Amino acid sequence: MRQKTFTDANAATEGLLWDGMTLMAGGFGLCGIPETLIEAIRRSGVRDLTVISNNCGVDDFGLGILLAGGQIRKMISSYVGENKLFEQLYLAGKLELEFNPQGTLAERIRAGGAGIPAFFTKTGVGTIVADGKEVRSFKGQDYVMETALTADLSIVKAWKSDTEGNLVYRKTARNFNPMMATAGAVTIAEVEEITDPGMLDPDHIHTPGIYVDRIVQGMAYEKRIERVTTRPRPILEGVG
Amino acid sequence: MAQRAAREIGDGYYVNLGIGIPTLVANWIAPGLTVTLQSENGMLGMGPFPYLEDVDPDIINAGKQTVTEIPTTSYVSSADSFAMIRGGHMDLSILGAMQVSERGDLANWMVPGKMVKGMGGAMDLVAGVKRVTILMDHVEKSGAPKLIKHCTLPLTGRAVVDLIITDLAVFQFLERGGPLSLIECAPGVALEEIQRKTTARFDVNLESR
Repeated sequence: MRQKTFTDANAATEGLLWDGMTLMAGGFGLCGIPETLIEAIRRSGVRDLTVISNNCGVDDFGLGILLAGGQIRKMISSYVGENKLFEQLYLAGKLELEFNPQGTLAERIRAGGAGIPAFFTKTGVGTIVADGKEVRSFKGQDYVMETALTADLSIVKAWKSDTEGNLVYRKTARNFNPMMATAGAVTIAEVEEITDPGMLDPDHIHTPGIYVDRIVQGMAYEKRIERVTTRPRPILEGVG
Repeated sequence: MAQRAAREIGDGYYVNLGIGIPTLVANWIAPGLTVTLQSENGMLGMGPFPYLEDVDPDIINAGKQTVTEIPTTSYVSSADSFAMIRGGHMDLSILGAMQVSERGDLANWMVPGKMVKGMGGAMDLVAGVKRVTILMDHVEKSGAPKLIKHCTLPLTGRAVVDLIITDLAVFQFLERGGPLSLIECAPGVALEEIQRKTTARFDVNLESR
């Protein structure tokens, strides 16, 4: 009988990692990243990775740990400003980099999972992003052609799943995870809680289980925050 | 500047505020207006920063700061978030800038050989949002003008700016692509100073509002 749930991240990634592969990793900043699976990929020592992810973590957390270990050859991202090591490696010529506008990146991944090889967008027309790409006019407006992205393996983070791999994300931790789940030849989801069938409302599933091949429950989520920003409590008159 | 920019926000607007000074515009939105703030990482209806004990690592804005939800908040994927943006459903985007040209070209994401961070969602915002307002210092720290004839830095978008608010003045493009008009001088700022610190060509149209 098919079994999607795995006991730990090592078991979940078994047989799916090889040098030179293309990997998609969900998350925005450090929010909604598959931190347990990233750690397993670090431990595996796999190298020459092409990684498709909006950001590249920070120096010592998230995808930054793969960068620090020299495991990444190329990044396809929209913003990497939180990672100093990234900038150093890139300016030293030790890392390939392809910047995509964030919406174009999201749509390229969505297209990859939906069987659409390319699409036209007005984002980036007249900029270096459009260099070397076909530009076509529709109803008097110029659009640039962007191609779909897929990966050998997608790793995503969800809040809850059932044993079928139906996924529910939590708040802004959703971000790139739903599209990436559709665009991997194989997709592994790590979740905070695996529930029994019937415990999730079918109307509230964000990613149906057809897109998810393997599921693993993450342990002890750090959920590091990049910029804790708060407001002070109003001070009550006559108190304190 | 943030206070002046808030006057561009109308009742019922869906607004995306960029990282940095544009974020401060939220503090000046006139009471009585219904304004929905969007954060491109997938949040429509963004509340203020949380109290310390309410910090939730799963609720952040596009600047990676912790924020709060409000009773009308919805969460979406990045693809759906940029469908709102690219699809022309957002009313206003307020962004910072390194350079703006006299035809409304914007450069705000890259300094070749120096700053390698990426454009994030800026190119999508300027391509898709109905109105683009720029909030920036009038000149660089070196004193060099930022409102210039042609951008020398890589562009974020071509002919995408509608309004520019600086510490010295407010400029408007009546239509995308120019011509540029000076419509307000900041209190105590003389026209001569603005002319001296601006290399973009502009009309002076101070009575327009």
